[in-house]
Amino acid sequence: MTEPSAINYLTYPRGLRSWLLTLDHKRIGVMYLASVALALVLGLIFALLMRTELIAPGRTIMGEDTYNRVFTVHGAVMIFLVVIPVIPAVLGNFCLPLMLGAKDVAFPRLNLASLYLWWVGALFFLITLAFGGLDTGWTFYTPYSTTTNTNVLAAVTGVFILGFSSIFTALNFIVSIHTLRPPGMTWRRLPLFLWGLYATGLIQVLATPVLGVTLLLLAVERILGLGIFDSSLGGDPVLFQHFFWFYAHPAVYIVILPGMGIISEVIPVFSRKPIFGYRFIAYSSVAIALIGFLVWGHHMFVAGQSVLASTIFSALTFAVAIPSAVKVFNWLATMYKGSIELAAPMVYALVFLFLFGIGGLTGLFLGTLSVNVPLHNTHFVVAHFHYVIVGGAVMAMLAGLHYWWPKMFGRMYNQTWARLSALLIFVAFNMTFFPLFIMGGRGLVRRYYDYSVFLETNPEFTFYNQLASVGGYLLVAGFVSMALCLISSLWRGRPAPANPWGAPGLEWQSSSPPPPENPPPPVQVGDPYDFSEALLPSGT
Amino acid sequence: MNDTENPTENHSANSQHGHSPFLAHHFSSHRQQYEAGKLGMWIFLLTEILLFGGLFCAYAVFRANRPEIFLWAHRFLDKPLGALNTAVLITSSLTMALAVRSAQLDRPRRSAFFLVLTLLCATAFLGVKYVEYKHKWEDGLLWVRQFRPVESAAVSGEAGAADQRPRHAGIFFSIYFAMTGLHAIHVLAGMAAVGWVLVRTLRGHFNSQYFGPVDYVGLYWHLVDLIWIYLFPLFYLIH
Amino acid sequence: MAHHRQHSTQTTSNSHEQFSSHVVPASVLVAVFAALLVLTFLSWAATWVDLGVWNLWLAMGIATVKAALVALYFMHLRYDPSFYALVLAVALVFVLLFVCLALLDAVEYYPDIHAMTQG
Repeated sequence: MTEPSAINYLTYPRGLRSWLLTLDHKRIGVMYLASVALALVLGLIFALLMRTELIAPGRTIMGEDTYNRVFTVHGAVMIFLVVIPVIPAVLGNFCLPLMLGAKDVAFPRLNLASLYLWWVGALFFLITLAFGGLDTGWTFYTPYSTTTNTNVLAAVTGVFILGFSSIFTALNFIVSIHTLRPPGMTWRRLPLFLWGLYATGLIQVLATPVLGVTLLLLAVERILGLGIFDSSLGGDPVLFQHFFWFYAHPAVYIVILPGMGIISEVIPVFSRKPIFGYRFIAYSSVAIALIGFLVWGHHMFVAGQSVLASTIFSALTFAVAIPSAVKVFNWLATMYKGSIELAAPMVYALVFLFLFGIGGLTGLFLGTLSVNVPLHNTHFVVAHFHYVIVGGAVMAMLAGLHYWWPKMFGRMYNQTWARLSALLIFVAFNMTFFPLFIMGGRGLVRRYYDYSVFLETNPEFTFYNQLASVGGYLLVAGFVSMALCLISSLWRGRPAPANPWGAPGLEWQSSSPPPPENPPPPVQVGDPYDFSEALLPSGT
Repeated sequence: MNDTENPTENHSANSQHGHSPFLAHHFSSHRQQYEAGKLGMWIFLLTEILLFGGLFCAYAVFRANRPEIFLWAHRFLDKPLGALNTAVLITSSLTMALAVRSAQLDRPRRSAFFLVLTLLCATAFLGVKYVEYKHKWEDGLLWVRQFRPVESAAVSGEAGAADQRPRHAGIFFSIYFAMTGLHAIHVLAGMAAVGWVLVRTLRGHFNSQYFGPVDYVGLYWHLVDLIWIYLFPLFYLIH
Repeated sequence: MAHHRQHSTQTTSNSHEQFSSHVVPASVLVAVFAALLVLTFLSWAATWVDLGVWNLWLAMGIATVKAALVALYFMHLRYDPSFYALVLAVALVFVLLFVCLALLDAVEYYPDIHAMTQG
């Protein structure tokens, strides 16, 4: 076993300036990884603060105003700084050009600009925290957001800037996939991770501008009194919700689609079998992207939306579940009669299937008009979206991180440690969020710092909240363990070969880590799921 | 949208065939680079359409809910000035298209001339908008929280009819300022982009092999014109 | 480490490949410009005539013809691969979607709003 080659994209060129001014997509991906990881830590701190408050009824460590700020910042940081950017910016940036056999993305300087914009957006979040805080909920509903005296302006400025970061990344990926494919790589031979990134990019460019104009109008309403969301001035607060959710619902598909793309890469490799139903999976990504634009009103069933609109949105919400289900069945069919290897990436993929399955199915409960009425704004909603976002997208991100880690850093990590961390995360996650389904179904309202008013009819809420809070601590411990396992491999890990998993994709052709300049594509690009050659994993 | 400001070492030697040194290392041909940049700009235009689309949605909702406000308030807008601005912007689109054409035909001086004309038209547009905004300010015809129309606020030839003013009439001006204001900001940004392309034209960067940036800025500029083509009837031509 | 990359798959780069692009004749551009001015005047003139609710649709119709001229000729869509036109069409479809679904609320609530604000 050789050491990772001394000259690779991490070590050459040298110096801080060469990193901060880099045009190398691989370095940009790594910088995003470090940045998003820091944001995740911040979001987790707020999560622990929330769960600590809720571990007992009544005031535990904070009052209602503080709690409002804590859950708002937890949500805003996690959504805008972590889960929306993470997979495209980290793994997408690193893998896309390599998977295309290209030298870089189509617009490398725009790529660097995206990273800078993320940093500036994050800075505005820090400014928000330091000066005034934010207590509107990550959803910024009017009229509260136009009248509260917390630092809404800094926060929406930050989100606006992050929106551009997102748009530019998406634009880069879409153009790259269109124009930089090597000869022989038709659309039907595109790796499914790239199909996922492409569909995600479509959503990003179509939806994020609407978020932009929404936040712009919110800012102008606060500063100048524009009035279009203020009913006392003739405005319409429900219009704000239409504006906001036109972006924010497709946004959740921005979160999940790249994750699904990762799962489509990982499962075939660790089942040693080609993906089942390639075309169905590819087209279902685009279907989810498109139908996902037609369901935003399901967040507004009890907001005063018209009955006709609500009915249409409910029906379409059922429809959008179908392409996701198609994917799940195809993944299972891929595993069927495969030769399963339970390496860490595969463990996370299985965790994904289980948790995303539950999360997705509970979405149907919420999409049913009549059932939505008692469930709206309860912890049932909170549990649903944590199951799909954390149990879905974050688990998929971890699967991808553990899958491409040897390629990115040239080191193998300890499989046993990685798998035990995954197990801890899985158990702790269910411990934290499953009780929320139960309590939500029994009426526990979300965003309350104190649930003692419910204890007369539901005394079990105290125990369930304790369970959830302990689970939360264990979950964070699981994340820490996972992170330490990966980070320690940078020093102690066995040097990784070019293709540790025996995978057929183009990105495995380069050395681990790759050189600063990407290798050219092969003369004949093959099928990205072709396991016919004896590509035995070398020393897993 | 274009990363090709630095000549690359591999290809500078070939400039005697009229090729451009401006070919980024990750593209294999001028055509590939051009098509990538063009697609990138069209996708950016798509995002701009969605951005304004939100405001068009607000317009539609308010006009559907409160048509009487729009019927009453639009008369305060100056139709001739609006029509003039429309003509000015259409002219600027013509000059921009001619500038792109000249760049394609290896005529940088002519291209620069048309770019300057485009900038002049844009300045005229903003000048007219300034005059209009000033009148609104003086007449108290601003967005809802500052909507305090003066008695003498009257449109050419028709009385202000203050006694028939609908409730929340200021909403019309909220939407008006939001949409024309955002549009004006885009005109300013467009002027900056045209200015940048003008500088590069004067430095001789563009030729028939490499004119992408002029083309892309042109596309953006035409979109700014397109948006105004819809704003004009929606605000000024209400009957 | 070699710094001279040979693209094994592409024809050897741009050095010997002239890139030619379509140039719109100046006469076409000027003709479109003239048409746009005429249409602008027409839409203005249409407001002198009372056509009831059709005034709005006529104005929007003329605006759409103008927009089509700008898109097809100034923005080159008439001569380009149809993919760019698809990008434009997708953008417009999504705006339309947004507007129509949001208007469903207005359609349902208009009688109530009208009653409340006419007082």
